[in-house]
Amino acid sequence: MNAIEFILAGMLAAATPFLLAALGELVVERAGVLNLGVEGLMAFGAALAFIIVYHGGGHVLGFVAAGLGSAVLSLVFAVIALGFRANQVATGLAIGILGQGLSALFGKTYESLTVKGLPKRALPWLSEMPIVGGLFVQDIVVWLSLAATVTIWAMFAYSKTGLIVRAVGENPRAAHAIGCPVIAVRFAAVAFGGAMAGFAGAYAAVVYTPLWADGMIAGRGWIAIALVVFGTWLTGRIFLGACLFGAVSLMGLAAQATGLNVPSQLLASLPYLVTIIVLGLISADRRLLKLNGVASLGEPFER
Amino acid sequence: MSALSLAFLPTLVHRERASLAATFVAPFVALAVTTILNLGLYVLMGRNPVDIVYAMLLEPFLSFASFSEVLLKAGPLLLIAQGLAIGFRAKVFNIGAEGQFILGAIFASAIPIWFPQATGQWIWPLMLILGMLGGALWASLTAFWRVRLNANEILVSLMLSLVATQLLNYLLLGPWKDPNGFNFPQSVMFQYDAMVPLLISGTRVNVSLLITIALSLAAWVFMQRSFAGYKLQVGGLAPRAAGYAGFKESRAIWLSLLIGGCAAGLAGAAEVAGPLGQLQRSISTGYGYSAIIVAYLGGLHPIGIIVSALFMAALYIGGDNAMVSANLPIAAVRVFQGSLLLAYLVAIAFVRYRFEWRRAAHRRQP
Repeated sequence: MNAIEFILAGMLAAATPFLLAALGELVVERAGVLNLGVEGLMAFGAALAFIIVYHGGGHVLGFVAAGLGSAVLSLVFAVIALGFRANQVATGLAIGILGQGLSALFGKTYESLTVKGLPKRALPWLSEMPIVGGLFVQDIVVWLSLAATVTIWAMFAYSKTGLIVRAVGENPRAAHAIGCPVIAVRFAAVAFGGAMAGFAGAYAAVVYTPLWADGMIAGRGWIAIALVVFGTWLTGRIFLGACLFGAVSLMGLAAQATGLNVPSQLLASLPYLVTIIVLGLISADRRLLKLNGVASLGEPFER
Repeated sequence: MSALSLAFLPTLVHRERASLAATFVAPFVALAVTTILNLGLYVLMGRNPVDIVYAMLLEPFLSFASFSEVLLKAGPLLLIAQGLAIGFRAKVFNIGAEGQFILGAIFASAIPIWFPQATGQWIWPLMLILGMLGGALWASLTAFWRVRLNANEILVSLMLSLVATQLLNYLLLGPWKDPNGFNFPQSVMFQYDAMVPLLISGTRVNVSLLITIALSLAAWVFMQRSFAGYKLQVGGLAPRAAGYAGFKESRAIWLSLLIGGCAAGLAGAAEVAGPLGQLQRSISTGYGYSAIIVAYLGGLHPIGIIVSALFMAALYIGGDNAMVSANLPIAAVRVFQGSLLLAYLVAIAFVRYRFEWRRAAHRRQP
């Protein structure tokens, strides 16, 4: 297997934690809320899922618990930032710190333990193709994540729900005037984002690298927030961005396998460096951000 | 429908004028609520809450030896938080102080690592200056990205922190590893002249505490009394007004990040040239992130930050105590910190708002 085949085969699985968390944050930001706690929400979900799977609860229960747990934690954010109109940046950072702390606290006794991941299923015919065949051998969560991507895209493109979420984010005052429950919509969006971050963490902890280590999320929640900017708040571009980061995080392994003499720390910081560079490239086009950005992002809503 | 499903939320009513009393009471109410909530968590974990309260919140103040450790820990927190608060007031969210701290430590360590034989009283001051330079350089990357490339400073500064951690690991596992260090990821021990002189004999408190206090006073003069500080605050509170007055946003961003970077870098330098005496992997136990909480808890005010830094340092020391005496995982400190900031953010809402839980509350029309 050469490096390209290796990256193509593993890219989607590596991209899944980024993708799930970024899709959740996309919905949150489209509703006009900036939740910077994704890293902590992912860590919290990861710990819950790992503990349940480790004790034989199974992957389904693990994912459900992670989704519910992180959604509840994100509702704490919603109550403080939306209910009490606290600074969203500070509230998000606090939720992130709390989530990471709870994750470390609960995960303390599970350090370095492992669980079984999920089996990969091959699609007939497609998976036998040369070079790109590996793309079609994935576990069930990857397929579900792709389905979620399409669903969210369709929701924003075609459904009334998508329109309401966007209206609330673009102009909450106007949305309120025509009878949209602005705060309720934002609460729902934040809870959805929390659940998605929980799933993302669960995937990282019990499927992608089924081994518990404190700090295992390693900045992926922050990269997911950056992905929403890279994707200029568009579902399709966010998916492409997640794939890019999936590939980048595998490049380190691929480079080591080919015997390239690069310090491992440089390879480990590759996703962060790529984030910084891409963020600069995309943001430099101010018109692009203005055109696609969310008008009321981060601003509290007062009736 | 919305009012029904979210009826548990209070109705916020603007106060005629901000409540000064609430400003002062808020941190203490937040502390009380957080303590109760966290004690509940410890009980659920099967720990004895009385032991933990004693070890965590009282013991750090009960003996001079442990209080001197609190002072030692308060130094970096205070320094970083003062720098960050200036930026936060200008709405420049530098959350990468951790990385700027690490770069400060690396820059300062270059002298004793490259010139281990050098002697003279000039070494430690030069190291502190280099540390400031390192922190400022790292922060200037974020400033450049924000001003020239319009990139979000929160994300860039955080990513740079993660890169800084890897850079530190690279140095300590590679070129800067102590050849006689049994393969531990740490540098050589620094020579005597590379250490900041002690302030109180018998403790580890050194002269950098005096520098930190002096800089805190300087921060007060800068933010409360100088025109440059005033311009930063206007930029944060009323960006449009700042624009009309001709206060340049790019200047505010550069100034905020450079001050934050200098302060964090100095803290990093003072840490390696102080209690540690060498460059190690664990130079920062999350100071850069805790300082964000210290800054907010102190009301982003230089004097308030002195109090909150002392408290946060005591929490660190108390957390260590509780780990030893009550078998409490050290992660409990992070949980306490996170919930404390959340409780504070709720409490300061009372500065600007009154709350009415009645459905048909009187609302001021905008």
